Amino acid sequence: MHELSIAIRIIDIAEEESRKHDDACVMAVHLKIGCMSGVVIEALLSAFEIAREETLLAHAELKIEALPVKVRCPKCDCEQLADSIQCLCCSVCRTLSPEITQGRELEVVAVELEPLETVQ
Amino acid sequence: MTDPALHRSTAGVATRLVQVRTKILKQNDVVARRLRQCFHQNGVYVVSLVSSPGSGKTMLLEQTLTMMRQRGHRVAALVGDLATENDAARLKRAEVPVRQITTGTVCHLEAEMLEKTLAGWQLNELDYLFVENVGNLVCPATYDLGEDLRLVLFSTTEGEDKPLKYPTIFNTADMAVITKMDLAEVVEFDAEAAHRNIHAVRPEMEILELSAKSGAGMQQWLQCLEAHRAASASAST
Ligand SMILES: [Zn+2]
Repeated sequence: MHELSIAIRIIDIAEEESRKHDDACVMAVHLKIGCMSGVVIEALLSAFEIAREETLLAHAELKIEALPVKVRCPKCDCEQLADSIQCLCCSVCRTLSPEITQGRELEVVAVELEPLETVQ
Repeated sequence: MTDPALHRSTAGVATRLVQVRTKILKQNDVVARRLRQCFHQNGVYVVSLVSSPGSGKTMLLEQTLTMMRQRGHRVAALVGDLATENDAARLKRAEVPVRQITTGTVCHLEAEMLEKTLAGWQLNELDYLFVENVGNLVCPATYDLGEDLRLVLFSTTEGEDKPLKYPTIFNTADMAVITKMDLAEVVEFDAEAAHRNIHAVRPEMEILELSAKSGAGMQQWLQCLEAHRAASASAST
């Protein structure tokens, strides 16, 4: 279960951003997670529940965009969705492709911080 | 007022949205890049091995270290393990330097663990360094260790559908090694299906079949390592 250490890294990154912005509480963290990143989203969500206690993310939620695997299809000569992670073939023409163009992402895209008093 | 930094969250409260775009494993990636550079500067070729427990990884490694030493190569191994030092003790029989990385509860190696364990080692006195990851086909997939070649091992006794059950680790590896080929007939291992499944999750992947016990395929395996090291050396000059 490496999702706990991934959750801790996410919290570190978000807290670093929060420190740059008057230590605001983090309301949400936007993530991009590829289907072939090796991270199980359900496991990450439960690990996050545990790891966020007593941090600036105590009330934060994870907003995850799960990215499907895409390959560069040599036959169609363009980027295509792969059939599945069990079959890295072009979903259109079924040609196998070794070139993955999407699906390995593991990124924090943005953080949502609590509103400033003056903003309200 | 339309401040782009303001974002209307689902609760209807205007939160401040800060773009970040940071790789979650940036720390690991930075260390892995540093390690890779250090390995190349010292002329050591680094091979990592991942597999589930019981795939015959330690036995293959023991044989490999012994035979590589006999072929005149300077070799060493780093072994990742949750708690015990059994694997490292077994590998020391190959009479090459072996160090243990005890990960405690951590189910995979990270680049920082390698860097720490390698401190003080004379890497320039080595031709090959083998890194045995913790027995696990899930977690190690996510972490770059700065290695030149990542091998995924599975044995004939584990069945042909192993790659379909763990596609990510097969996809992130460079080469697949099927071990315990001496048992293939007994367990009715379907090699053709195994190759098909490997290529479905990692098209064009190089596959070797061997048995560390009978010695079948071992010469080819060692030659393959030598060829990869030579190719890497000529590519970096
Ligand atoms: Zn196609």
